[in-house]
Amino acid sequence: MISLTHYLLVGACLFCIGLYVALTKRNAIQILIGIELMLNAGILNLVAFGKFDKAANGGQLFALFAIVLAAATTAVALAIILNVYRRYKTIDPNKVDKLKG
Amino acid sequence: MSAAQILFGLMSFIALASAVYVAASNNLVRSVFMFFVTLFALAGLYVLALADFVAVTQIVIYVGGILVLILFVFMLSGRETLEAMQHQPKRLWKLANLPAFLICALLLIVLFNLFMNTNADALPWIKQAVHNNDVIKAENTMTENIGINLMTRYLLPFEVISILLLMALAGAAHLSRKEAGA
Repeated sequence: MISLTHYLLVGACLFCIGLYVALTKRNAIQILIGIELMLNAGILNLVAFGKFDKAANGGQLFALFAIVLAAATTAVALAIILNVYRRYKTIDPNKVDKLKG
Repeated sequence: MSAAQILFGLMSFIALASAVYVAASNNLVRSVFMFFVTLFALAGLYVLALADFVAVTQIVIYVGGILVLILFVFMLSGRETLEAMQHQPKRLWKLANLPAFLICALLLIVLFNLFMNTNADALPWIKQAVHNNDVIKAENTMTENIGINLMTRYLLPFEVISILLLMALAGAAHLSRKEAGA
């Protein structure tokens, strides 16, 4: 029997690693990966608590919704990254500093 | 120690180690592929939390969809990105990263303290769920129940999500079209 606290601790570690990746990397794709790591930490918590909701399946269903939302976010974000690359020839967010191209 | 506990330890070690590698590596291709490994290990953790349908969805959508998209964009954004990656400093512990590291470490300490003090297994609603036998057991198959709940109790979020997916589809297609002159 694995206790809930273990899942929460693993989720917390993953969230902090994802936050670090999103804060320090100088590449839009890697920042996106960091955000995905944080989302996955959240989904892990939803799933772990969802074990205690057999009738309504709240946790598991909202984990599914979160996965779908992550997919939609990624598709739009990658389209934006491609556009930024086409205009600036770089995907370093620090160098993209014009509001009007 | 039971087999489930050993597997849990193994899976969480793989997930955390590959996530640390993603954070430490300067090579974009390697970090994308280690992110694959993190996602697979997380799918294993979902199975251990008795959410097999979520685990399969994770593999299909994340590994099959999102990562392929990320690789696509990486290849489309081409050589300059790769060369810029090579010129970055190699060390993980740069001084410029110190504030970010401090934020993450302090947040981690706060979260650890919180989880150690709350004792999630003794929360009132979880105790009540255990008392009412509302806990998923290993021999239950939940996929049918998930389908029924999706079409009854969670019908409104389901429809909202489908509209949002349609909007994201149209928006992504609009953003990545070839610009004609403008």
